[in-house]
Amino acid sequence: MTTLQVRDLVKNFTVRSAGGRTTLTAVDKVSFTLRSGETVALVGESGSGKSTIARILARLTSPSAGEIALDGQPLGTSRRALRGYRSEVQMVFQDPFSSLNPLHSVRYHLRRPLQVHGVAGDRASQEKGVAELLSRVHLGPAETIAARYPHELSGGQRQRIAIARALAPRPRVLLADEPVSMLDVSIRLEILNLIDELKRADDLAVLYITHDLATARYFASTIMVMYKGEIVESGPADDVILRPAHPYTRLLASAAPDPRNRLRRNAAAASVPAVRVSPAGRQDAGSHSGCRFRARCALATDACARRPPDFHAAPDHLVRCWNHAEHDSHATKERI
Amino acid sequence: MSDVVLSVEDLTVEYASANGPVRAVDGVSFELSRGEVLGIAGESGCGKSTLAHAITRLLRPPGTITGGTVHFQSDGQAVDVLGLDGEPLRLFRWQKIAMVFQSAMNALNPVLNVRRQLEDVLVDHEPGRSRAWRRARCRELLELVGIDVDRLSAYPHQLSGGMRQRVMIAMALALRPDVIVMDEPTTALDVVVQREILDEINRLREQFGFAVVLITHDLSLLLEISDRIAVMYGGRIVEYGPTGGMLDAPRHPYTVGLTASFPDLRGDRRPLAGIPGSPPDLSQPIEGCSFAPRCGHAFAPCAATAPALRAPATTPSADERMTVACHLYDPAEAPDGPPDALGKSLFNLTEVPQ
Repeated sequence: MTTLQVRDLVKNFTVRSAGGRTTLTAVDKVSFTLRSGETVALVGESGSGKSTIARILARLTSPSAGEIALDGQPLGTSRRALRGYRSEVQMVFQDPFSSLNPLHSVRYHLRRPLQVHGVAGDRASQEKGVAELLSRVHLGPAETIAARYPHELSGGQRQRIAIARALAPRPRVLLADEPVSMLDVSIRLEILNLIDELKRADDLAVLYITHDLATARYFASTIMVMYKGEIVESGPADDVILRPAHPYTRLLASAAPDPRNRLRRNAAAASVPAVRVSPAGRQDAGSHSGCRFRARCALATDACARRPPDFHAAPDHLVRCWNHAEHDSHATKERI
Repeated sequence: MSDVVLSVEDLTVEYASANGPVRAVDGVSFELSRGEVLGIAGESGCGKSTLAHAITRLLRPPGTITGGTVHFQSDGQAVDVLGLDGEPLRLFRWQKIAMVFQSAMNALNPVLNVRRQLEDVLVDHEPGRSRAWRRARCRELLELVGIDVDRLSAYPHQLSGGMRQRVMIAMALALRPDVIVMDEPTTALDVVVQREILDEINRLREQFGFAVVLITHDLSLLLEISDRIAVMYGGRIVEYGPTGGMLDAPRHPYTVGLTASFPDLRGDRRPLAGIPGSPPDLSQPIEGCSFAPRCGHAFAPCAATAPALRAPATTPSADERMTVACHLYDPAEAPDGPPDALGKSLFNLTEVPQ
C-alpha cells in the first residue's frame, strides 16, 4: 500500500511590485494523504494554489516548508533520491500541445523514461516497452503511432502519449493537473476513464486537479476544496458536493452549470438565495488575517477575523469555517 | 416564428488552403427572434466561430462566404447583410450586431485604457456628440456591467479576466445593438465568475431586449440558459430545436453523446463514456455523415449520403419545431425508427434541488 503523505506544506513566492517586495503565500500549511487505488480531487479557482501543490509533489519546485513522505520515508534531496522519487511519482500536464517536444517522435518520448529510470536497458526491451505502453493507453498499431510526431496526433492522442510517458517508470503515484481542460468535450470522458482504468489496474494513487466539480465527484473518492492556498473543505466526494459545508464550496456548487436550474426557474420555485458575491468583495484586503473567504462571504461574522481551524461537519468531513464551530466542539488541526 | 431579427439561410463558408477549399460552415440555416437566446454548441473545429464571424461580417481571408444568405430585420425592412459594403456595412456592424470575443485577454488593446477603448466605438459611430456626452456614456456603460467607474482609466492588464470580459460586454452594448454574438464568452473564466457574467448578460438582456447568439462547447450551460439550441458538428447543424425538447429527448447520436460527456453534478452516478474517436478533419473530403465514424448507430446509408436537417418523422408531433440531421429518423432509410437508446434524456430531471 503506497501512501504519499504531505504535511504542512508551504510555498511562498516573492512578488516584486511598485511598493517593494511582498511575499505571496500560494500554499499555506496544506496537509493530505494520497493512498494507492484512490483518486483524490483537488478543486478550486485559478490562482488558488492547486497547480503549485502538484508542482511541489512532482519536485518541479521545492516547498518553502513542510514535509513530503513516500511510504513514511521523508524525501531526500540528493540527485539519486530525487530520481528514485520521480520514478514513483509522475505527472500528467494540462496542455498536451506544449508538454510533448515537437522535435521528438512518440517513440523517443516513451523510450527516454524507460532508459532514464532503468526500466528497460537494451533496445529490444525498450521497443517492447514502448509497444506495451501504447497498448495500455489504447493507441495502436504501435509501429505506426511510435513513429509519429506530436503534430501528427490529435489532442486526445497527445494526452494519451503524455499518460503513457508518465506510466513508463512504473510509478505508484500519478499527479494529473487539469488533464482534460484543453481537450474537446467529447473526448474528455475517455481520457478520465482511461486514468481511472489505469488506477485500478496498477493500484495507483491519483491526485486529480481540476476546477470541474462534476468530474471531481465522478472520478474521485475524496474531494479537497482549495481557496487562496488553504484547503477549506475536504471529505468524501458525495458529502462535499451534495452537502457542502463551507460557504465557498456552496458558492462553487451553485455556480456550476446545471440543466436543472432551468426547471427550477421555470417552475418558479422559491428563488434560491445563492451566495452573492459583491465584486468589491473580490479585493484581497486583509487576506492574511482571519478567514480568507470572509470578504466574499455572506455568513461572515466577527469571529471570522480570527483564522478558523478545521471543524468536523461529519466524521471524515472537515471544514475550515467558524460557522461549524458549534456543531463540533472538538476543533482539530489534524488532517488525516 | 414571429418577429425574427436575424435569419440565416444555407450559409456556407470556405477557407482557401493549399489543398483546395476547406468547408468550415456547410449549409447552415437558423432564425433568431427578438430577445431570445440561441445557443450554438459544438467542439473546436466544428465551424461555430467561423459562423459567428460570417454573420457579423468580420470574416477575413482566407475565409470567404461562398453561399447562402443572411438577412437582418431592421425597422421593418430586411437588410441583406452579405450584400452590404463600404459605409452601410460600417454602420451595420456593431450598431445592429455586436460581438463579444472569446478571449478578452487578446481582444482588448493592451496600450489603451478602458475609457479610450469604449470611446473609440462612440467616436466612430456617434460622430457630432460632445466629449462630455461620450464621457458620461462611458461611465454609464461601465456601471451597466457592474464595474466601478474609477476603473475607466485602468489598462487591461490591471483588470481580472472577469472584469475584462465585462468591459467587452460594455463595448458590445455601447451602440444598443439588436443582436449580440458571444463566442465562448466565459470559457477562460472560473465557474463563479462565469456564473456572474451569465447572470449579468441575462439581466442586461431583460433590460434592453437584445437577442443573443451564445456559442460554447459547454452543452450543459446552454441547456440551462438558452431558449433554443443548434448543435454543430463538422460544419453542419445536426440538431436544432427548443431547449426543452433537447433536454427531454436529445435525438442526434452526437447530441446524446455530448450529454453523456458531462457527469451530472448532483444526480446519480451513471457510467459515462464520452464519444470515441475524434472530430473530423474538415480539410479531408467527407463522404456521407461526418459523425458516422464515431457513431455507434451508423448503418449503410450513413456512409453514402449526408443526412439533411428535418423534423424527425418517427416521433409523435410533440415538438415539430425540432429538427435533426440523421438517417435514423428518416422512415425511408430506417423503417424501424431510431434505437431506443436515442431520444431519452440522460439527466434525471424529476428531482429538482432545493
